[in-house]
Amino acid sequence: MDTTIKNSNLKSEEYFINMGPQHPATHGVLRLLLTIDGEIIKKVEPDLGYIHRSIEKMCERDSYQQIVHLTDRMDYLSSHINNEAVCLTVENALQLEIPDRVKVIRTIIGELTRIASHTLWWGVMGMDVGALTTYFYGFRDREMINDIFEETCGARLTMNYNIPGGLMFDIHPNFVKRTKEFIAHFKTKLPEYDTLLTGNVIFQKRMKGVGVLTKEDAISFGASGPVGRGSGYSCDVRKHHPYSAIDKVTFNEVLKTDGDSFARYQVRVQEMWESLSIIEQLIDNIPEGDVQVATNAVIKLPKGEFYQKVETARGELGVYINSTGTKNPYRLKFRSPGFSNLSLLNHIAVGSKIGDLVASMATLDLVIPDIDR
Amino acid sequence: MSYFGDIYKGIKTLLTGMSVTGKYFLTSRKGAITQQYPDNRETLKMFERFRGEVVMPHDENNEHRCTGCQKCELACPNGSIEIIWDRQIDPESGKKKKMIDKHIYHLGMCTMCGLCIEACPTDAIVWAQNFENSVYDRSYLTKVLNQPGSKLKAGVEE
Repeated sequence: MDTTIKNSNLKSEEYFINMGPQHPATHGVLRLLLTIDGEIIKKVEPDLGYIHRSIEKMCERDSYQQIVHLTDRMDYLSSHINNEAVCLTVENALQLEIPDRVKVIRTIIGELTRIASHTLWWGVMGMDVGALTTYFYGFRDREMINDIFEETCGARLTMNYNIPGGLMFDIHPNFVKRTKEFIAHFKTKLPEYDTLLTGNVIFQKRMKGVGVLTKEDAISFGASGPVGRGSGYSCDVRKHHPYSAIDKVTFNEVLKTDGDSFARYQVRVQEMWESLSIIEQLIDNIPEGDVQVATNAVIKLPKGEFYQKVETARGELGVYINSTGTKNPYRLKFRSPGFSNLSLLNHIAVGSKIGDLVASMATLDLVIPDIDR
Repeated sequence: MSYFGDIYKGIKTLLTGMSVTGKYFLTSRKGAITQQYPDNRETLKMFERFRGEVVMPHDENNEHRCTGCQKCELACPNGSIEIIWDRQIDPESGKKKKMIDKHIYHLGMCTMCGLCIEACPTDAIVWAQNFENSVYDRSYLTKVLNQPGSKLKAGVEE
């Protein structure tokens, strides 16, 4: 007997709901307008502007030393790397010769920042898909890095340790010792991450085949960072356009070809190992020397356009400065990784369920102040 | 059979994860990083570079090192520092010299970037490690850093 209803008058209706701006899984004030049919997502429209502080406009007002501290507040989880991006742009424009000591210290702290960001992401992503334990384990290891930063830079998150021309002050005498302690500690703890979460069958079912992004789409959407590398798109700025002391070390660019949430997860966990190896190669060979190059009290860039890109924990951050020769930039533009990674959310979420949207959004690793600026 | 196989696999991965959490549950309390914050005020020591707030140290004669050069005011990105100064007669040399009247610091606006302290040529302002800055009214966050009746320490030049 055929039980299917033929010529039925029953039909489902599309409607839209708000996800955010106060939703725990959006990690900030991201508002998503979801058009859904039952539980199937038809369209995702991100609505930005809830944390817009016009940082780019404020940069036009500030001097080049003052710009640096504003970039802390963009992608606050990789604040050191943001600072470095602005400083590198200004230093390249002034054609300053930066001491090796500065380059090595910047790279070490940059990689520590990347590990801190990825451990936080690992904890929070586990929480998003329903594993609260990961949150505490991730924060436990991040705390050690924050202590290193606090002792050397004076702040845990918004460090502002770089200035155009070098570092604000030398590293703390305990820096090397603490970093080595952290490496030894984290090498025993990182395998626990795999035991706890990676092999878990519930977690794998939430992640595998969810939010699939092909390599072609990753390139056309401008994806960068672990999102692009999870789709097999080789886009590591450290590999292709080395800056600071990155060209002195050997490391592998982590590439996965699946393009789903699980691939992006694996890329980030693997990147923590690579960052550890970069720090290990550098920490014993910090060259002696100055930590600052003398610059004028009022820095004036030559007339022209300057661009520098770096690899933050989220992807490629570009800094574009258009200078007219005065002490302020005429225009300063940040190409933030989060913005282009958010733009592909609609593409990978359409046709999936709401729960899968949370999983794919968690592996995009969005930081909203970075997107909104 | 795959039904029971899935159940077996599920329980196995569950136990693998619980072996990690169980280990920490049973073994160590000493590895815990929890701080009993308001109760450990006596023993809690911040790092010496910690950026709590900007202060101006005075010595026992109520003398500070601020010459009123306004470099910190210029370096500040958002106007957290205001210096009110005038020219007073220096008792030693008898000449008119720039002296600060009030060094006003708006803690509520400060982003703790540290540019003022980097800019100071005479180390007149430094970081304090005090981080308990909550007050009942916003006006308390505007502080005058130089103490009343204080004067410039002799011999401090720009």
